[in-house]
Amino acid sequence: MKKTLLLSACLSLVLAAPSLAASPKPDEKLADNQTINYWLLDANKTKDPQKNSDVEGSHIARQLFEGLFNQSYEGELVPGAALSYDVSDDKTVYTFHLRPEAKWSNGDPVTADDFVYAWQRLADPATGSTYAWYEELMNVKNSSEVIAGEMEPSELGVKAVDEHTFEVTLNSPIPYFIKMTTHTSTFPVNKKVVEQYGDEWTLPGNLVGNGAYKLVDDKLGQDITLERNENYWGNDDTVIDTIHFQAVNDKNQALTRYLAGEFDYIELPAGQFPRLKEEYPDQAHAVPRSCTYAFLFNLSDKGPEALKDVRVRKALSYAMNRDVVVNNITRGGQKPAYSWTYYATADFTPPVTDYSQWTQDERNEKAKELLAEAGYGPDNPLNLTLSYNTSDDHKKIAIAAQQFWKAIGVNVTLNNTEWKVYLDDLKNHNFDIGRYAWCGDYDEASTYLDYFRSGGMNYGGFTDPDYDAMMKASLTAENPAADYDKAEQILAEQMPLVPIYFYSTPVMVPEDVKGLPVENVLQNWYGKDLYRVAE
Amino acid sequence: MTGYIIKRLFVAIPTILLLIVFSFFLMHAAPGGPFTSERALPPQVLANINAKYGLDQPLIKQLIDYIWGIATRFDFGPSFVYPDQTVNSIIAQGFPVTLTYGFLSAIVAVLVGVTLGVVAAVRHNTWLDSLAVGVSVGAQVLPNFVMAPILVLVFTLWLRWLPGGGWGGPSYIIMPVIALSTSYMASIARITRSSMLEVMNSNHIRTAKAKGLPMRRIVMKHALKPSLLPVISYLGPAFVGMITGSVVIDVFFSTGGIGKFFVDSALNRDYAVMMGITILLGALTIAFNLLVDILYAWIDPKIRY
Repeated sequence: MKKTLLLSACLSLVLAAPSLAASPKPDEKLADNQTINYWLLDANKTKDPQKNSDVEGSHIARQLFEGLFNQSYEGELVPGAALSYDVSDDKTVYTFHLRPEAKWSNGDPVTADDFVYAWQRLADPATGSTYAWYEELMNVKNSSEVIAGEMEPSELGVKAVDEHTFEVTLNSPIPYFIKMTTHTSTFPVNKKVVEQYGDEWTLPGNLVGNGAYKLVDDKLGQDITLERNENYWGNDDTVIDTIHFQAVNDKNQALTRYLAGEFDYIELPAGQFPRLKEEYPDQAHAVPRSCTYAFLFNLSDKGPEALKDVRVRKALSYAMNRDVVVNNITRGGQKPAYSWTYYATADFTPPVTDYSQWTQDERNEKAKELLAEAGYGPDNPLNLTLSYNTSDDHKKIAIAAQQFWKAIGVNVTLNNTEWKVYLDDLKNHNFDIGRYAWCGDYDEASTYLDYFRSGGMNYGGFTDPDYDAMMKASLTAENPAADYDKAEQILAEQMPLVPIYFYSTPVMVPEDVKGLPVENVLQNWYGKDLYRVAE
Repeated sequence: MTGYIIKRLFVAIPTILLLIVFSFFLMHAAPGGPFTSERALPPQVLANINAKYGLDQPLIKQLIDYIWGIATRFDFGPSFVYPDQTVNSIIAQGFPVTLTYGFLSAIVAVLVGVTLGVVAAVRHNTWLDSLAVGVSVGAQVLPNFVMAPILVLVFTLWLRWLPGGGWGGPSYIIMPVIALSTSYMASIARITRSSMLEVMNSNHIRTAKAKGLPMRRIVMKHALKPSLLPVISYLGPAFVGMITGSVVIDVFFSTGGIGKFFVDSALNRDYAVMMGITILLGALTIAFNLLVDILYAWIDPKIRY
């Protein structure tokens, strides 16, 4: 009793014409040089899909490996290693039909066993993956028990029905499960190779992937070179021959080198975007990026008494002038935030919170009233500490906040600490108000809203039974959007945080490079979808 | 002399051991750990990772295991932040790079610095002196993190002569060496100049002048060697400084040297990498100080060990 779901009309179109990969328009002439030089901020930490935990690493892993589904230029799901899937009536069993012609870079066929092995490996305590929790988040059956060492990895709810049929069983349905399969931690690995080389399986010469590119050179902290994988099923449609990653830890230096023609993609240093947009209107882009910047209130027992009063929290949030932050400090296409979930998240309508509709003057007035009601004022000034980790940008925003809050009579001391010390303080609830940012793992609102669930990851210690109920209901709802909106309204009502701005990445891309996504909020990109045109 | 060297090497072993113990406990005393991240890891996931790397063991056991691993297998442990790498592999990849540009920078700094210093001292209070002093003061106020962006701006963006970063042939080495050597060169020039001036006024030089020896011979044969003593005592720590201070070079020129890994490992609490590079630099410091002492004895016959 299984019914086949087609992903979307768009997807079926792609299924019919799989050569859509890199698709120059008819009037575009391809350049002779099809090399992409991609900038990285840091040395690549790992190429192992199950061990990778950072965004830059995922850009590399995404070229070397291919998961069940990929994303299109716009961020829509398109078939990757899987052509289609079925889901059981109770929505707990997903059956993926793998692409039969797919091969590893060593010529082995990509089979359901490879996925079974990778998914077991992600949860296996012996792997020591920092992203093992992602499998729990995907709600894969027995994942918690495997991670806890109470069950063998072989008891995880995944199995190979036949060579090209991969089946996943969930504990209970989650509507956005399919979207989660674009995350690199779910990508397959070649069991034979991993077992043969152990921790060294990702070195050039050892690494075997099923992605459009293969690893030819890797010099730690210098550069990484990928070339086309001739065994990749879509190799005939791939245009870019070589992808070259190079780490430059200084964004200003990267910009100089971009202008000298050494890079085809860089992120701009803060504050440089307006000038460069004027000078290079066709190269500078502000790309939406699924992350939200916020200040967290410490609502735990260790937090200050004053912040337990919702009126104080609201006053602080209202008085924070977001427009000044995005227009005068970050200046790279960021948008002011009056809610938590990233505004451009798929199938999500940003909530209209009450205070987002007011003018800043109205907010300041309201803030003063609320503070007075809470018993704070000139005779009884409120003193708080705002903590942030070392960074010029965080410092500027913290200083701005200090000024906004001073205007409503709140004295804020700034407390700057080094990153790991800061994280330790957050973890131990050793702060009053703390800078924070959260980025989406997949393009769906729950990746944000789960954060404030009781027992979730939130460092502020916020708990609210109504909120939990709303998040629970969303899992089985036909259309969870209504629940998400209610959850956001609870956050606006309880104000466990000051949402400040929605991210945007200001980047430079030369005009002749086509296909780097400027709409996909996860900024996932696939080298096989890029091409260079002749100038 | 041989006896002295052997004695010094024996003292080095407890020194390194102390270094290991101190840096181990200091590192672990720092708040946070290698796996604290912006996303709070679920306790079970964190426990699995700690177990995998032995971080769940008592500190003293971790320390003993660590030292035992080095002593028996020359194994400096895994990297927690770079799971594909071990400390040995990180050092094996980064150190040759750092050593190459560090060594070349030291040579450039000494050759140019000593030449400038000697010229300035011999032509004391002439325009040549002013020029040499001017150049060295100018170079002194251009630390590597200022030099690096300027060099890339000029030679990569404007002139398009040199690649802005990476590590390959000689063209990749030029800018890192200039950026790293400039301020050391300036210090060496100033030290050489003042020490040379002092030597030139000493009795044995006056005697040489009185004997009517040509100036070139006086400078090269009689004045240079003794005036290099302070330069040499400066060079030992300076060379180690060039290698540790190379983080700026690594950041700006994508060289992949260990300087960047050293700083990052401390920031990331990548305990084993941080320890491994500390030990390497500690050993280098000891070796260079010994080398300086040996050079002293060679240059100045009055010094005997």
